Amino acid sequence: MNDATRPFAPTARLLHWLMAAMILTMLFIGVGMVATVSGWHSRLLSIHRPLGIAILVLALVRLGVRMRRAPPPLPADLPALQKLAAHASHWLLYALMIAMPLIGWAMLSAGGYPVMLGASVHLPPILPADPVAFAILRHLHTWLALLLFLTFLLHLAAALYHGLIRRDGVLSSMTGWRPPAAAQARGELPVVH
Amino acid sequence: MNPSSRSGTPVGHLGAYVLIGATVVIIAAAFAYVGGWLAPHRLTPARLVDQLQTDSGGVFAGYRRNHAKGVCVTGYFDSNGQGAAYSVAQVFAPGERTPIVGRFAIPGGNPYAPDDSIPIRSMALRFSLANGQQWRTGMNDMPVFPVSTPQAFYQLLQAQQPDAATGKPDPQKMGAFFSAHPETGAFLAWVKTAKPSASFATESYWSLNAFELIDAHGQQHPVRWRMVPETSVGNAPGPTVGTDFLATDLRQRLSQGPLRWHLLITLAQPGDPIDDAAKEWPADRRSVDAGTLVLTRTEPQQSGPCRDINYDPLVLPHGIAASRDPLLPARSAAYADSYLRRTSEEAHLPGAASASTKPDSRS
Repeated sequence: MNDATRPFAPTARLLHWLMAAMILTMLFIGVGMVATVSGWHSRLLSIHRPLGIAILVLALVRLGVRMRRAPPPLPADLPALQKLAAHASHWLLYALMIAMPLIGWAMLSAGGYPVMLGASVHLPPILPADPVAFAILRHLHTWLALLLFLTFLLHLAAALYHGLIRRDGVLSSMTGWRPPAAAQARGELPVVH
Repeated sequence: MNPSSRSGTPVGHLGAYVLIGATVVIIAAAFAYVGGWLAPHRLTPARLVDQLQTDSGGVFAGYRRNHAKGVCVTGYFDSNGQGAAYSVAQVFAPGERTPIVGRFAIPGGNPYAPDDSIPIRSMALRFSLANGQQWRTGMNDMPVFPVSTPQAFYQLLQAQQPDAATGKPDPQKMGAFFSAHPETGAFLAWVKTAKPSASFATESYWSLNAFELIDAHGQQHPVRWRMVPETSVGNAPGPTVGTDFLATDLRQRLSQGPLRWHLLITLAQPGDPIDDAAKEWPADRRSVDAGTLVLTRTEPQQSGPCRDINYDPLVLPHGIAASRDPLLPARSAAYADSYLRRTSEEAHLPGAASASTKPDSRS
């Protein structure tokens, strides 16, 4: 049995799918709230900040899980360029899911805003109020969000490519669901003729 | 590795490739729609601020896109405890003193506009509560706003756009707007009697929008507030000569001592319009005097502490919440857009307007 088909640890899978939902939601909330003057602006903004901090906390937990237990290796026969793309995009995703909430927090601090997570909970500023720093961080927040969205799309397309076209066990190592054909071939399911 | 899983050719996988491509395209399109790129008719903060810039005759780099001309003030708010029955906000606790950074201004995007060019004055305040929370409010010296919705405000801005030939708003377009928007009646009645005041100090400033105060039992009290001056009109009105008499008058008054306003919080009765800033509430509604605003100092906005503050009316402490007034999220969204534009100009970021677009008419 090839080690490439070893599934991710249950904790890693749980964190992956939970954060996938949270980050995708976050990207849509972020792009939507700055593009409307309706009541959605304030509703979405009030979700955006606490959700961002929740993503930051989970991303740090996830980084710890990842450091303690190596993920299953990629299939040995995967072309080198695809391996490189896989590793680079995974580390980019980690970097962005940690950087984005920190930039948001720093940006509100530099803008002199109280960093309210709810009606009465707020975080301390992590930068002194400074309009130049605010402007740079605010633009960075937008551009890195778009980069995160593009990286997510690439990640999704690659996952589907592994699952639907290569059928090499990479997708199932994260879904935990194994296509019957692949499982049978490994002798894990009884073959019924 | 299962050899049978590699049996497909690219052609054999056509369906799978189409499925992957379609999934990516659908998600990207949904993202673009939510972000407004595929919804050209949606009123976005950027469109609103673009129209403000057009009406101002261009971009004044580094300045607010509306209420561009103003001065900074500092002082404090002394709570008398009367507001604490209606709101748990720390600013209303008995004896609480809260530092204030504020700003007086006149509407419009031109920071060099003469003070008598418009009969409206505004007061914006940032209360920095001891618990780290903030209360920001932007008020005008009129009891009602002309319109009820952000869409109508955008149409008003469009109607006010200066005509290319005359440099002034087209009276026909203005007339058409007001007759199509009967909700502007209360404002028009006010503006008929309004004169450009000679002083910021003699004006009352209204919150315009309603808010909810939240008391210790979690009960909500819909309110509007206003700042009522202790200084009366007859008290040494300043000269209205020149274009910047408001700042001069304020400096002169503050050199003789602090200026005071009372924060009057008006409680709504059931049925009062709490989501419509264009409608006045009946005059007999009960008001609570929650304390005294004391302003001690004024500085030019270029160097003063108010310069980098976005007076977003939805920056609220625990104990004060937004009402359902649709203008509130629109103000918040548009102020944020304006703030990003002017701080980007301050930072000289690529694509931001540069200060060279300032007009010559500074006198």
